[in-house]
Amino acid sequence: MSGRSGFWTQALAIAKRDLLIESRGGEVFGVVLPFAAVAVFVVPLATDALATRLDQLAYPVYWLVGLLFGLQVALRQTGTETMIQRRTLALLGIDPAARFAGRSLAAALLMTGVMVAIAPLIVLFYDPRAIPAIGPSLLAVVGFAIGLSMLSTLAGDVTVGLRTRSSLAPLIVAPISVPLLIGASQTFESLILDRSTMAPALLLTVTVLSLAVTGVLTAPALEDATT
Amino acid sequence: MANLGLVAHFPCAPGVEFRVSSSARTDRRLSRTVNSSLVSLRGVGVRFGPTPVLTGIDLDLAHGEAIGVTGPNGAGKSTLLGVISTLLAPNEGSLELFGGPVQRRDLPQMRRNIGMSAHETGLYPELTLLENLQLVERLTGEVVMSAMQALEVVGLAGAAHRRSSATSAGMQRRTDLARLIMTRPQLILLDEAHAALDADARDIVDRLIHRTCEAGGGAVVVSHDRSVLARSLERIVEIRAGGLT
Repeated sequence: MSGRSGFWTQALAIAKRDLLIESRGGEVFGVVLPFAAVAVFVVPLATDALATRLDQLAYPVYWLVGLLFGLQVALRQTGTETMIQRRTLALLGIDPAARFAGRSLAAALLMTGVMVAIAPLIVLFYDPRAIPAIGPSLLAVVGFAIGLSMLSTLAGDVTVGLRTRSSLAPLIVAPISVPLLIGASQTFESLILDRSTMAPALLLTVTVLSLAVTGVLTAPALEDATT
Repeated sequence: MANLGLVAHFPCAPGVEFRVSSSARTDRRLSRTVNSSLVSLRGVGVRFGPTPVLTGIDLDLAHGEAIGVTGPNGAGKSTLLGVISTLLAPNEGSLELFGGPVQRRDLPQMRRNIGMSAHETGLYPELTLLENLQLVERLTGEVVMSAMQALEVVGLAGAAHRRSSATSAGMQRRTDLARLIMTRPQLILLDEAHAALDADARDIVDRLIHRTCEAGGGAVVVSHDRSVLARSLERIVEIRAGGLT
């Protein structure tokens, strides 16, 4: 009827599947996002609420909430696939790397959505210093979301089927997310202080590319180990 | 059943010339293997930890042949299907599929020619029956009929837009069969395929097995109930305590 699907056709089909499932279940925007909003709101209550302090806390809180709840988004994504579903996909001859790319893409889109949605709350509650360049700062958010989604997808695949998955996966993600966090947050900082963003942007880019290469190269072995 | 647009047409007797309409790479592999077994297991053993589940399994499945595997619960029937499907690597022995050894680099290509349906289906409950099959259509790109046509074949066209979570176990099994019908694999592996199916659906299973064999493929059908297998299969082997009898 038609020719064999290529890498990107398969990856986009997997991403569309995940987004469709999310749109029906509404977990990210119905559960994770409201909790992220609460977290943004709670931090000022836990401090002495001096406006000057809040202003300084704005971006660290933004990235921290982004990291914690972005991780939730991606791990929920990888946790919803059952063993039999994984096996069915494997037996369709799907390229494991395309599967990794598709899952990461869907998680990155959802994560970007969460981070964009909490940004106005940060502005509202913390009154942070304005970022002069919206475009580059949005790129930093997208880069962070892509990197974290790939990392979480990898961690989710490594821990699939384990009883300790929910605690083990974040432990794997935490240390490797540090360069992502530094790269993205320092890009923001550099933009605010009108310094060169070269070094943090390079760190972010190299980390994202390294995760992409690692994900693609390890996908076949991970599929063998987890189906 | 609608025109299945077979990917390959094989004779039931191996060794006779055949016609293939899939990719060139598949053609080469099939022409190399037409005289050999579709499945060949030699001395296969599987252990889960220290517990042996299968021991010394020798089994051949010829082109155009269907075989039934029966045995009590826990005998290793599903494990055997896992090995044949390439999803479970044996601890001992060797597996050859389509006339060649199973190698990592050939796995995606090899697996496209294997269709498996187990008692638990791989459907996504949030998606409709049609969306589940359309996903397969997009992922493989190599289907002999559309998702909707496949649903018509299994009598589920009217339920195409219902979420699979809102359908019965029998309807989900039928949808799983529709997946096999639209992807038309050469080797089908059915694990308790007749469970939760009504008489019409069981006929669909039997026709699927028959047509696959007629096209030169093969089938391994597992059931704990020998009488179910005896209804449509001539060759039945029994697996007991991890070994074939």
